[in-house]
Amino acid sequence: MINLPELGIGVTHFVILSTLLFGIGLFGALAKRNAVMVLICIEIMLNAVNINLIAFSKFITPLAFVGQLWAMFVITVAAAEVGVGLAIIIAIYRNKLSIELDDFDWLKW
Amino acid sequence: MDNIFTIAIFYALATVILGSAVLVVTLKNLVHCVLWLAVTFIAIAGLYMMLDADFLAMVQILVYAGAVCIMIVFGIMLTRRRDMSMSNLNNSQFRAAALVALLTTALSAFMAFRTAWTVSAVPVPPKTVEAIAELMLTKYVIPFEVAAILLLVALIGAIVIAKEVKAND
Repeated sequence: MINLPELGIGVTHFVILSTLLFGIGLFGALAKRNAVMVLICIEIMLNAVNINLIAFSKFITPLAFVGQLWAMFVITVAAAEVGVGLAIIIAIYRNKLSIELDDFDWLKW
Repeated sequence: MDNIFTIAIFYALATVILGSAVLVVTLKNLVHCVLWLAVTFIAIAGLYMMLDADFLAMVQILVYAGAVCIMIVFGIMLTRRRDMSMSNLNNSQFRAAALVALLTTALSAFMAFRTAWTVSAVPVPPKTVEAIAELMLTKYVIPFEVAAILLLVALIGAIVIAKEVKAND
């Protein structure tokens, strides 16, 4: 068995992975025309944050479990957010017959 | 966590997560995007398993890969367009968005490399569910109840918003 202590997976690996995932989600949330796609990308960003929280919980405070608990609250809020968000999108679609974000310009003056 | 298998599993999961997330953002068909989103969520659940968070891995599969993906598919079907193959396009500011995302990622990665993490040598206890349950019903009972109320409010709000509103009633 080859032992590679300098290549061991540490907290930095998880933080970098979650940073990349967050960047992908951020690009999608800013660059997409479709409102449902923006919701999907927000979910990706929230998942990236959860990876961070759980990695910190394992490597830095393994006995406190606060990171895992907060990840659970983030999952709760994300589920509520996607439910209400989709309801708003469906209500707007019924009025405008469009889910392009560029058409949602009622609040522009 | 210095086993060669752990390293291999981490890089395999990271490849699946990032690859499917890139497909979610770049594919043109919105339904295919949601399918790849489910792959991303399940791979993230595998990552949680690696991080000794077995309960959260199950919650991740149940809530994200199950409920959220199905709900988004329903949302897509209810707001259907004529041509599904061109339902996921970039808007006019995608270059600026790519720049912002790149800068954010670079800054965050730079800070992650610079930070000296105070890593604890203690392993995670094998029973995570009991510890989470005890914390949730003692020290964090107020946030737990608030989260429950939030779910109820979101449920009622989603029904009220999505319900057909009768005009002049």
